[in-house]
Amino acid sequence: MSRPTPLRDIHESLGATLTDFAGWLMPLRYGSESAEHRAVREAAGLFDLSHMGEIFVTGPQAGEALDHALVGHLSALVPGRARYTMIVNERGGVLDDLIVYRLGDEEFMVVANASNYEMVAVELKERAKAYDAVVEDRSDQYALIAVQGPRAQEILSTLTDADLDTLKYYAGLPGLVDGRRALIARTGYTGEDGFELFVANQDAVPLWHAITAAGEPFGLKPAGLSSRDTLRLEAGMPLYGNELSAELTPFDAGLGRVVKFDKPGDFVGRSALEAVKDDTPRRRLVGLVARGRRVPRHGYPVTKDGAVVGEVTSGAPSQSLGKPIAMAYVDTGADSGLAVDIRGSQEPMDVVELPFYRRNK
Amino acid sequence: MSNIPDDLSYTKEHEWVAGLDDGLTVTVGVTAFAADALGDVVYVQLPDVGASVAQGDSVGEVESTKSVNEIYAPVGGEVVEVNQNVVDDPSLVNSDPYGEGWMFRVRMEGDPEDLLSPAEYTALTSGES
Repeated sequence: MSRPTPLRDIHESLGATLTDFAGWLMPLRYGSESAEHRAVREAAGLFDLSHMGEIFVTGPQAGEALDHALVGHLSALVPGRARYTMIVNERGGVLDDLIVYRLGDEEFMVVANASNYEMVAVELKERAKAYDAVVEDRSDQYALIAVQGPRAQEILSTLTDADLDTLKYYAGLPGLVDGRRALIARTGYTGEDGFELFVANQDAVPLWHAITAAGEPFGLKPAGLSSRDTLRLEAGMPLYGNELSAELTPFDAGLGRVVKFDKPGDFVGRSALEAVKDDTPRRRLVGLVARGRRVPRHGYPVTKDGAVVGEVTSGAPSQSLGKPIAMAYVDTGADSGLAVDIRGSQEPMDVVELPFYRRNK
Repeated sequence: MSNIPDDLSYTKEHEWVAGLDDGLTVTVGVTAFAADALGDVVYVQLPDVGASVAQGDSVGEVESTKSVNEIYAPVGGEVVEVNQNVVDDPSLVNSDPYGEGWMFRVRMEGDPEDLLSPAEYTALTSGES
């Protein structure tokens, strides 16, 4: 049985198509996923992301513990700011990609993917043992609601006195939203401006209703995981299990910039990553745009002159481009004359720089 | 509960068949249940006019944001017409699966087997939903 989020009854009352995702019962879409995608690009979308994990690391050496456990330099983070980072194994393989918020001098919140957070919590506890820090998985206590899109700030500002104007991208501040305590973070996974609200489970339903009402005049729509996936794909954002895995290092994924070798002390995976940081990866992650209308999908072979030179990691029809798009790992050097083998037919693809879509700021 | 018109026949692969009564040419599409399950349809590939098909042959595909599904010939015969409008605008499958979203017409040869009545198809889909 899939675990429901605190918002399950709302999803059902909205007629959502529910799906199992990483053991959670989640809304795939409420109506047309294309309309939900467009709403986020043009107005705003409301997402239930309560399946994500929230792991707190607290104590005098919380920052040092995270410096050791993760590839980023988290002790250097200013309270109120956040970083995209990763946890890797001793071989440098990516165990999960994370957002870490520094909530105070001695308090951090690590947000991990639904499919991985239990493992991440176990790893963090193990890796923090030598430090004066406490690791606590509080995922069961928190719901996460995201408001994403160009109208997100206008919508949220009707419900909070928090200073959203000065809240930067990848920053978070505690505040009241509709009178309920929330961590208001300016983060997202859609390529648009937007906010993620971490709230206590019991506040999720009333907060969802309040945001729905406030967003109505702005064109806000509830949006499911299907549109979330096409939005993040257009934005060129990796998904763990597709673009990222324990078989790949951050450098393989073209994300070597998240590895901070110049931070003090050793960290898990350092020696393995130092050994490969200047290597040319065998394959690199590229964007593909289909010339035809058939959609390249996860796992399909990328070919050149009939030979397999790569593999699609994510693919979908793109609303913003009006064509199918994909991310794929492709042999270094093979960047023209590519096709994707779509059920036996070689469909021509153009290689493009990621992301596919960039919002106008 | 999906819309299941009572004047059509159905297949286990969630296609509908119209016009069986006169035994000549039938019209084929996918059901509202299938369209709902697929989500927004973005691509439809149909057989060529003139193609000879046997019942159960894979003759095309319907692709949505999340998945791709084959279209099977619910009857055997010759494809005599395809709906170019649904190729040009695949969203017709979602907006009007039993009308504008029809897919192709087949001049039947022989009698199709194992088609489902509306009641049988209703039972099938209520078991799946």
